[in-house]
Amino acid sequence: MNPTLEQKQWMYRHMLVSRLFEETIEKIYLEGKTPVFNMANGPIPGEMHLSNGQEPCAVGVCAHLNKEDVVTATHRPHHQAIAKGVDLKKMASEIFGKETGLSGGRGGHMHLFDADVNFSCSGIVGQGLGPAVGAALSRKMQNKAGVAVSFFGEGAANQGAFHESLNLAAVWKLPVIFVIEDNAWGISVAKETATAVDRNAVRAAAYDMPGVYVPGNDPDAIFVAAGEAVSRARAGDGPSLLDIETYRLAGHFMGDAEAYRPEGEKEDLLSKDPILVYEKALLASGDLSESDNSDIKERAKREVDEAIEFARESPFSSPESALDHVFA
Amino acid sequence: MPAKERKLTVARAMAEAMSQEMRIDERVFVMGEDVGPLGGVFGNTRGLFEEFGEERVRDTPISETAFMGAAVGAAADGMRPIVELMFVDFFGVCFDAIYNLMAKNTYFSGGHVNVPAVIMTSTGGGYSDGGQHSQCLYGTFAHLPGMKVVVPSNAFDAKGMMTAAIRDNSPVVYMFHKGLQGMGWLGTEAGATVNVPEEQYTVEIGKAATVSEGEDVTIVSLGMGVHHSLHAAAQLREQGVSAEVVDLRSLVPLDRDHIFNSVKKTGRLVVVDEDYRSYGVSGEIIASVVERDISILRYPPQRVAYPDIPIPFAHHMEQWALPNAEKIVAACLKAIQPDE
Repeated sequence: MNPTLEQKQWMYRHMLVSRLFEETIEKIYLEGKTPVFNMANGPIPGEMHLSNGQEPCAVGVCAHLNKEDVVTATHRPHHQAIAKGVDLKKMASEIFGKETGLSGGRGGHMHLFDADVNFSCSGIVGQGLGPAVGAALSRKMQNKAGVAVSFFGEGAANQGAFHESLNLAAVWKLPVIFVIEDNAWGISVAKETATAVDRNAVRAAAYDMPGVYVPGNDPDAIFVAAGEAVSRARAGDGPSLLDIETYRLAGHFMGDAEAYRPEGEKEDLLSKDPILVYEKALLASGDLSESDNSDIKERAKREVDEAIEFARESPFSSPESALDHVFA
Repeated sequence: MPAKERKLTVARAMAEAMSQEMRIDERVFVMGEDVGPLGGVFGNTRGLFEEFGEERVRDTPISETAFMGAAVGAAADGMRPIVELMFVDFFGVCFDAIYNLMAKNTYFSGGHVNVPAVIMTSTGGGYSDGGQHSQCLYGTFAHLPGMKVVVPSNAFDAKGMMTAAIRDNSPVVYMFHKGLQGMGWLGTEAGATVNVPEEQYTVEIGKAATVSEGEDVTIVSLGMGVHHSLHAAAQLREQGVSAEVVDLRSLVPLDRDHIFNSVKKTGRLVVVDEDYRSYGVSGEIIASVVERDISILRYPPQRVAYPDIPIPFAHHMEQWALPNAEKIVAACLKAIQPDE
């Protein structure tokens, strides 16, 4: 089913929030890291994986999800978290390592947990698939509403966890949707040099589940494919695999010189920026008026500014509180 | 006091604890390889499939990465999975889900997400199963923060600690020694099959037990080593030496006070561990005493542990390397003689 006008605007707005959030984080991340780049310096230390360009995957899938549905995400999690409804202030604060963060600074940007909306992510490729299968098993056994979605990159499709998890989900006919965000690069290694198949969607056949390839990094097309997969899961008909073509507009992490990209690729991708493409399409089709557009942009900016300000102004936890929460 | 005696094997005691808890808590379920109609390769899920059916007693594919990850996801979502890793040696194919997810998610979530899962896994050799089916790896698990680790040495503790493990809101790694299980084909240490109450009870995780009192030397051990130590204590008694045997029962949390107080009394410490000698449990036990007060020791602490070699297949080689009562007696006598 195609998205309604309201759903289109929801997807557009959440892509904008994600992009604005990341553009702001990107600037703050560089504070204290110039002229010499030292990852440990500045208000946001550590690795930073931006999802610029991959927003359509998150919104196209999460437009179908409710609070009770479970999402396990990746080391590149901001767009997925925002689309799932993770509290933006607490998330920003966690990225700054502050006391008011989702976990008081114990997790950081790769370990965002928001139990209120059943969102979690983790730092190692392919880690979220098993837990998503388990959450789906839990829902099935408890006869409780909700499906589980595992987001991961095309690189994770070469992990054992991918194959084991798809098989297990299929054997137990669980309400889980496996979503590949294929951005064509595993850090510096091109997908075609690392993956035996052109499209990972075909691997679904090995596990007797639908595998749908969605080209174009297009929110509407992703919405349609995800809608079918989510409906199938909700109906108790088992798991599905979505293989989404997307683009990473930034490096693997901040500081990545991206020398591995062929000449012209970056420029080409930037010219296809999915948010700009979608904005244009919505304006052209009349799904978005100019005034709606500026309202949405203003609202997105306000939301991001408030979150960042909250994070900036929040205190740090005491260092000794690092000892808390090792056990339940 | 119990009206009648009822001896159970460790395997039966584990199964009884699980089934009793499954009757009162619908969130509890079991999954793993061959835990269903077979009842577990080591007998510890016998009868569960018949009573609870395939929904709650799930045979899995041989996909430890997936089902260990699934245990994490199910536990975080409100279930209480008990998942079997058939041999602890197999942890290499699924350790990411154990030590990076199960053990860390509570911390990473600032205490907002709990992972109340139990991993039960078999340890130990002595029956020539080769070096990928005979390890203990106690120290490997205990080293990594975020999971409790228990190692029962008898059926009473096995039942009480299983019940405690299932009810614990933190992940618990429950390590049972194959030689204590009561499976005929493995050759069982008779001392592990003891009286077990029929009703439910818990044995607190994190508390060691003195299983034989003594004055001259403290022997600290766990699992199968406790039985070797008790046999050694009996031999020492004949030689006029009074050995105290401490059964750790839990590695995480470790009952450091109990160990310290015993060594304070005897002044001598022998640690018996079937796990590898270096960088492991035996070193930690010794450190827990000496870093607190080295002056209580009348002789340097001794270790009877597995040498730092892969476990050999051949019977005579494996037996040569394993801890046994004779080695423990010798270590105790060495610790005692200088004073005499």
